[in-house]
Amino acid sequence: MTLKQAFAALGALIVGGVAIVAILAPWITPHDPFLQDLNARMQPPFWMDGSSPEHLLGTDQLGRDYLSRLIYGARISMIIGVLVVICSGLIGTTLGVLGGFFGGRVDAVVMFVITCRLAIPLILIALTVVAFVGSSFTVVVLTLGLLLWERFAVVSRTTTMQVRTLDYVAAAQAAGCSRFYILLREVLPNIIHHLVVVATLEMALAILLEAALSFLGLGVPSPLPSWGLMISEAKDYMYFSPWVIMIPGVTLFVLVLGINLLGDGLRDRLGATRDA
Amino acid sequence: MLNFLARRAVLALLVLATVLTVSFALTRLSGDVAVAMAGPNATQQDVEIIRKNYGLDRPLPVQFVAWVRDAATGDLGRSYLYHAPVAELISARVPITLTLGLTGLCIALLTAIPLGILAATREGSVLDRAIMMVAVVGQAMPSFWLGLVLVIWLGVRLQWLPISGVETWQGYILPGVVLAFSAIPALMRLTRSGMVDALASDYIRTARAKGLSRARIILTHALRNAAMPVVAVAAVQLGFMLGGSIVIEAVFSLNGVGYLAWESISKNDFPVVQAVVLFLATIYIVLTLVADLFNAVLDPRLRTA
Amino acid sequence: MRDDVAPLLEVENLRVRFGTQVDAVRGVSLTVRKGETHCLVGESGCGKSVSALAIMGLLTRSAARTADTLRFGGENLIGIKDRALAKLRGDRMAMIFQEPMTSLNPAFTVGSQLAEVLQRHRKATRAQSLERAAELLAKVGISNPGLRLGQFPHQLSGGLRQRVMIAMALMCDPELLIADEPTTALDVTVQAQILRLLLGLQRELGLAILLITHDLGVVARVAHRVSVMYAGEVVESATAPALFAGPTHPYTHGLLACVPVPGQVRRGEPLGSIPGTVPRLAPGLRGCAFRERCAHAVAACADAVPTHYRGPDHPYRCRLSSDWAEARAA
Repeated sequence: MTLKQAFAALGALIVGGVAIVAILAPWITPHDPFLQDLNARMQPPFWMDGSSPEHLLGTDQLGRDYLSRLIYGARISMIIGVLVVICSGLIGTTLGVLGGFFGGRVDAVVMFVITCRLAIPLILIALTVVAFVGSSFTVVVLTLGLLLWERFAVVSRTTTMQVRTLDYVAAAQAAGCSRFYILLREVLPNIIHHLVVVATLEMALAILLEAALSFLGLGVPSPLPSWGLMISEAKDYMYFSPWVIMIPGVTLFVLVLGINLLGDGLRDRLGATRDA
Repeated sequence: MLNFLARRAVLALLVLATVLTVSFALTRLSGDVAVAMAGPNATQQDVEIIRKNYGLDRPLPVQFVAWVRDAATGDLGRSYLYHAPVAELISARVPITLTLGLTGLCIALLTAIPLGILAATREGSVLDRAIMMVAVVGQAMPSFWLGLVLVIWLGVRLQWLPISGVETWQGYILPGVVLAFSAIPALMRLTRSGMVDALASDYIRTARAKGLSRARIILTHALRNAAMPVVAVAAVQLGFMLGGSIVIEAVFSLNGVGYLAWESISKNDFPVVQAVVLFLATIYIVLTLVADLFNAVLDPRLRTA
Repeated sequence: MRDDVAPLLEVENLRVRFGTQVDAVRGVSLTVRKGETHCLVGESGCGKSVSALAIMGLLTRSAARTADTLRFGGENLIGIKDRALAKLRGDRMAMIFQEPMTSLNPAFTVGSQLAEVLQRHRKATRAQSLERAAELLAKVGISNPGLRLGQFPHQLSGGLRQRVMIAMALMCDPELLIADEPTTALDVTVQAQILRLLLGLQRELGLAILLITHDLGVVARVAHRVSVMYAGEVVESATAPALFAGPTHPYTHGLLACVPVPGQVRRGEPLGSIPGTVPRLAPGLRGCAFRERCAHAVAACADAVPTHYRGPDHPYRCRLSSDWAEARAA
């Protein structure tokens, strides 16, 4: 196995592992992640003095078990990642395929929409919408899902344009197939491997963005244990107990790294285009 | 050349108009603005006063047109929170955000381009893989977390650099580095792939046949061709940095436009929010225009396009 | 050609291996004298371009080049540092390539690409270099050189670009010009013009030219000497008249039989062809590489192949005696 393949396998392992943890969360968490115990605040994790075997990774400033919150945080990250990718994938792919296939005026409109979307400051708009509509899990998913589609659109547009000129599409047109049929059965299956790669990258981005939004207080609302929110809440204590921000940060980093490694591996495996 | 510029400029204006309309609509439609601005403790009377003062009782299109008209003359409204003209608030903070963004971009370019060139000239070697690993790691790093970690280690434990405020120029280093981290992976990959392609091309073989020095071949002939996409992406990355500075400014307590935006959003100070969107969107669009211009300068084939 | 003039380029037993898989060149020997055009002819994939690149030192890092002798103007080219070789390239030995459309850098003007050769090798100023560039553009038959200097490659046609490449090669008055299929990518009419140009320049400047081609018509027009290559080695070498009058190696014989000569081909007769395909150039190939396709192959051809002589200057690598063709026809 080459080094590249090893890294891709590592990525798959990480993502798979986190997914399993997320799915099994209700059964494997030692404590209730929302249960506060003000007598057991700020206990350090097991590798430091003063730790308690009850709380393997210690407790946060409200006495909640850190490990349990971490596990539930995995749920939040994974679910948000998947939902956002589905939503933005649908929007972006539709736009891109339509523009790439029909060309002309349709494509001009699609390009204009993409350019406008690129001109919008992402974080700012996301923050604004969440602030005014109210911060909740659904709002975060919808906001990110409705904003993160531009790479799907660009890649599907480019690949559709390449595929459109190939012979099997011409053959289908000559055979009298409807355009909808051609899009669904001839174009889509042949661009989907590029989109899978984009999906992994966008998932990583969605997870990072949700963490950033939650960190700023305008993402998933407290007391939900989003990793970004955990880092934010721990900010005030980080000088004395750096582990409170290190642990969720490291898990966030490892998850995103895993997704990126997996995405790179998929790109090499599926022979997809090299997008920066 | 002029034709090229003119067409791009018209397109840019159209995009700006669309973005403003969309953001205006988004903010106005996501709830009752007057209620949000008044805050949770306001009475019905407070809300009505706000509605009157800020013209929020007029139909939406009228509000939009009025805002555009005012903005064109430099009047961006008054901040509800600060009781000061928004234009003043923003212009006072622009230098900080701009300096931060440019610092970040400089650090990013100075790191990414040499590393990308190095990786390309040693393609396939251990050094190449190591450099690419740096890119992969950088892409996965949450910037706000990196900022906090650097604050703890470099700022507090080792006391090397200041961790908040920008009284001295050193105050820009840590936040600049964190900003750069988000841009370096993409720029490095792009430089590397552009150089690899350029170095494999026929005109490089010609350059070698002419007996030119290795330095000239890499840095003049190859880089000039590899630079085009890098320039475009660099301009876009600067835009991201200016937009993404919200997070960094919050972490490092820098009093820039991003911090202002965050405060205003949290406290529902609408006029400021709308103005910041205008500011950032304009910058993005201008930067894209600049990137197009750069590309035309670098690639003579585009000038007739 | 006078044999007492010392050869400008001496190559003996040149070998090039890529990685561990491909022996692209398995023993090329040739000499080129001042004022002489030596054509290296063979089909695609026989290793002629690689040989040219090897002589110039332009191979990639993954290529291993060895030779018993590789001398240019008396200087040994084997074992010298790349920097020293780079000093020779563009100055005393120059090369032009097959694809004029992609051989020029699209980002720089024609003038600057010409000028930098002189600036590099002669430390000339930009003005002096541009002046010489204009001179050479005129010499290669480009009208309005001043205008062309300021233009970009994409504004020129293929034929013009190839002329620019020739001018670029001549900037420092080289002694040897290696031309790798310079006319293959051009229209037929332009081909003739370029060949005429090269011949004229050779007469005027006393250039030695190593011309790589697969086209026997080109060979007939311009060659003083010919070396025929097959599967990585030179199988026959002679002066052009001698080769066309008496092709001795079965491959050369077959090649010439493939060329239909007007007036000598009868209607209904099949055109000549050589059956079979070129063997894979894996390392360790022993014996004659042509034996699979040769009508005269015997068991001994799988072992070492002797070098025979049809004339004092006409070696060929085959066990057959030099008059086998005449004997058969009789």
